[in-house]
Amino acid sequence: MTSVINLPPSLDERTFETVLEHLAPIPIDEKVILDGRHTRWASPYGLTALLTVAQTRAEKPTLVSPESEETGSYWARTGFFKHAEELFEMHGSTHRARASGESDVLLEITPVGKSEDVHEVVSRIQQKSASILVKELNIDAKATMGFAMTLSEACQNIVEHAGRGGWVAVQTYRWQKRLGRRVVVIAVCDAGVGFRQSLESAQGRRMSDRWDDGMALEEAVIRGVSRFRDPGRGQGLAGVRRYIGRWDGKLSVRSGTARIAIVPSWDEDVPLEEKLPPFPGAQMQITIPERITDR
Amino acid sequence: MINHIDLSTVLRRTVCDLYSDLVTRPTGAAVRDGIEKQLSELGDRSLTVIDFSHVGLLDYSCADEIVAKLLMRYAEASAPRDAYFLFRGVSDSHLDAIETVLERHGLAIVAQAEDGTVVLVGTVDDPERRAWEAMLRMGRAMADDLAREAEIAPEQMERVIGALCRRRLAMELDGGYVVVGAVT
Repeated sequence: MTSVINLPPSLDERTFETVLEHLAPIPIDEKVILDGRHTRWASPYGLTALLTVAQTRAEKPTLVSPESEETGSYWARTGFFKHAEELFEMHGSTHRARASGESDVLLEITPVGKSEDVHEVVSRIQQKSASILVKELNIDAKATMGFAMTLSEACQNIVEHAGRGGWVAVQTYRWQKRLGRRVVVIAVCDAGVGFRQSLESAQGRRMSDRWDDGMALEEAVIRGVSRFRDPGRGQGLAGVRRYIGRWDGKLSVRSGTARIAIVPSWDEDVPLEEKLPPFPGAQMQITIPERITDR
Repeated sequence: MINHIDLSTVLRRTVCDLYSDLVTRPTGAAVRDGIEKQLSELGDRSLTVIDFSHVGLLDYSCADEIVAKLLMRYAEASAPRDAYFLFRGVSDSHLDAIETVLERHGLAIVAQAEDGTVVLVGTVDDPERRAWEAMLRMGRAMADDLAREAEIAPEQMERVIGALCRRRLAMELDGGYVVVGAVT
């Protein structure tokens, strides 16, 4: 049996939940067609999460690419098709990258599975991001190093805990409807073991009666708990939290059936969502908005 | 003997000759191993300048592996040798990562600024800071003189000096005490 899931017109962190709702009841060895013909826009989270979906399926899924040339061109510029061709059976138009002034891909979708990949990501982002962060987002030049540190720690979460490779992408764009400002967005998605299972693997760890994905996220993201007994562990996500706090950013992490968010004043997200459709691994999004300066 | 370790050289020699950023735990652990190998070739007692001048990015994980774990190992009673460290070429962004990991473990380091002045970075209590600053002002000093200068009771000063030496922030020299970095 084959199931068809229509991708939403705008594919981002929120709307991706509809994809997962449709996907959840379908056995992993059953064929799935993800129909993206009418998708007009996708965030880095949407694209990296799509690749992650393919990693979770035993039967290679089919992806129908967007009909819109502009959308397809953007997906091509993010490097999406290069990876999708290995994970999906591709149908529909073949798109090529064209230059565009409206969105800037700071880091193409990049696979992350080992320490060397993090070095590569950090090196590439530093070359490309410094001037954009300073000129377009009014972020202090000194903070660009913090941005690269944040990206490094977010990627290391995959290397250290996921147990399998994942994906990272960084992009800036104008978030007109919600914020009226430019933002830089980091998406890091994997289909690994997820936070709950990672923490459960800690030796001698006692689980409370309420132990679930939501609690595992609270432990790891808010309290800096790690599966390693080494007291130096857990500083990476704490560092990410500090950075987003300093720059009025937002952090959200989804794992299993829960999603936790550090919500800034400009956003109306909820701090913790539970009972979401189950999905393996961890999916993280970091959003740093343009800084409003007195002129 | 004062030893000098350029971290970017250790990084290129031990991990990859194309890297200039200290990121990830495996990289940090490999660099720390490289440092320890160099320390093992020195005498039983040494002062080593750990130089960050040519390091691009330092993330929290790497700072933890290199700075925190190195200090913890040599602050233990079972440390393989009596090694002291002075951190040089530390930029503001390096400092962000270093301060974070030092606070996490309750550690401190002595860092040297471009003009040669030395400062304490990390977690130190008030008597330790007063004693260390008094030591810095006086150069090599005896415990009783330090107690007077820092306005700390002599019996408490013995304990404070012991803590500063154990924490690798000061060292005994010719019967007196000096801050790490005062003798470079």
